[in-house]
Amino acid sequence: MNNIWVVTKKELRAYFTSPIAYVVITVFLLLVGFFFYSMVWWFNNQSMQMAQNQYYYQQLNINQMVYNPLFHNISIILLLMLPLLTMRLFAEEKKIGTEELLYTSPLSISQIILGKFLASLIVLLAMLALTGFLSIFTFLYGNPEVVPVLNGYLGLFLMGAAFIAIGIFFSSLTENQIVSAILTFGALLLFWIINWASYSASGIWKDVLNYVSFLQHFDNMTQGILDTTDLVYYVSFSFLGLFLTHSVIQSKRWR
Amino acid sequence: MIAVEHLTKKYGDLLAVSDLSFKVEKGKIWGFLGPNAAGKTTTMRILTGYLPATDGKASIGKFDVFEQPNEVKQIMGYLPEVLPLYPDMTVTEYLNFVASIKKIPSAKKKEAVGKAIKVSGLDQVKGRLIKNISRGFKQRVGIAQALVHDPQVLILDEPTIGLDPAQIIEIRQLIKSLKGEHTIILSTHILAEVTQTCDGVVIIKEGKLMASGSLEELTASFRTKEGAIVKVRKGIQDAAVLLRTVPGVEKVNREDNELKVEWKPGQDLRDDIAKLILDRQFGLLELRPMAMSIEELYLKIISGDVEP
Repeated sequence: MNNIWVVTKKELRAYFTSPIAYVVITVFLLLVGFFFYSMVWWFNNQSMQMAQNQYYYQQLNINQMVYNPLFHNISIILLLMLPLLTMRLFAEEKKIGTEELLYTSPLSISQIILGKFLASLIVLLAMLALTGFLSIFTFLYGNPEVVPVLNGYLGLFLMGAAFIAIGIFFSSLTENQIVSAILTFGALLLFWIINWASYSASGIWKDVLNYVSFLQHFDNMTQGILDTTDLVYYVSFSFLGLFLTHSVIQSKRWR
Repeated sequence: MIAVEHLTKKYGDLLAVSDLSFKVEKGKIWGFLGPNAAGKTTTMRILTGYLPATDGKASIGKFDVFEQPNEVKQIMGYLPEVLPLYPDMTVTEYLNFVASIKKIPSAKKKEAVGKAIKVSGLDQVKGRLIKNISRGFKQRVGIAQALVHDPQVLILDEPTIGLDPAQIIEIRQLIKSLKGEHTIILSTHILAEVTQTCDGVVIIKEGKLMASGSLEELTASFRTKEGAIVKVRKGIQDAAVLLRTVPGVEKVNREDNELKVEWKPGQDLRDDIAKLILDRQFGLLELRPMAMSIEELYLKIISGDVEP
């Protein structure tokens, strides 16, 4: 554990002594803030209009109208931002030659990978935690349900973890950070929308395509449904990404 | 301390190292010589556990490089050809990080880093960012990084490359001062470096071992003639003629104001030569044995003139 933490600390320092983490977090918060403002404004507007009609007024739900779309927006922003956090993790080591130091140290490859993964997770956690300030307003002036909100955050975190694992995998493939980021974008976007293909698919493929899509599982979580299928999906996706990274690094050395 | 047996490494079809065997004793510095692309870096990368070998065995201390890589990495320090430095860290931060990944207990870390800084002469730049220090200091940080965990074995890949002459001398002195406590292998293609710092050499070419041994052994075994260089005060022409008459002398050549006297190996004619010169009052200024220079030796071995 200590060995993993050494790598994590080094990566966190790299994030926070360079502008990377600050820029990513700031831009992320700005965008989230803007979306939040828009949702709340719209909700507010709807509430005023519906105020005359008691029946419709009862139907208004802040979880449905603010948090649900907000979580979806955040997930898209994460899809755009997280590859920028992960792109350097292995590509840079390769480029500047420090991988020789890491791989000739007594650290195992898994410890190095987990250390880097953990560092990105911590930045992700910071990003999500900072958006928590927005909820002060909704809870102060409204009455949203807590559990679906927490469930949505859990979904965001797990999905972000999967994004990061995939980003790390593509970072291990190349020494060029831009290539790494673009490949990650491509892969994430594809897995995001791959269930679109299920409309034209039939039989087992329909289920498979639906299952592997990020979006399908995320929808459940934002609606407050905590299903082990979704948890297993995200965790196994992260695991797959890290496992592939391990294989790539191993095989490169054996070639 | 370091033993390599029948080591072979193939990159696809390319044979980088072929059936290489050599041994390095504890506390010695050995030079690893060879033209570019001879397989020096590959061999070092295999020894450090960075690359696996296709075939063969290698051990460092009592550990097998392939069976017990983690134990080997613990007792070995490695300076790669490309310095593995993080430009955005300060020298101290960097060495602290290296100390941590080399599993130095945190109680001893400060002391170890302090010692590495002192030994490598980094005191004046220890608080600066690595990207802002000069090439010579970067090289020192590279060496400090290799010895921060006080390894028994140091593997240095071209430790003086890209430095100016003054820095080269400093780094050489640094390496020499590490001898005894550490067993060192260094690769280079600067031949003077080998004569000045190394106890022995391994010469490889196209992945094959051309020669290995201590410098004396090698020069002795590759020498086909012996001789002396004589300098006299006056009458150099006459001296040359007379020296040819000394029994055993095969050849006398004049080179500027020196005479190169050669004889068959296995005897020492220096007494006879000195006696002759003193008797005839030419005035003996200098009489030194004709040593084979490392350049000659290297070229001879690399060109494959002589079978080792």
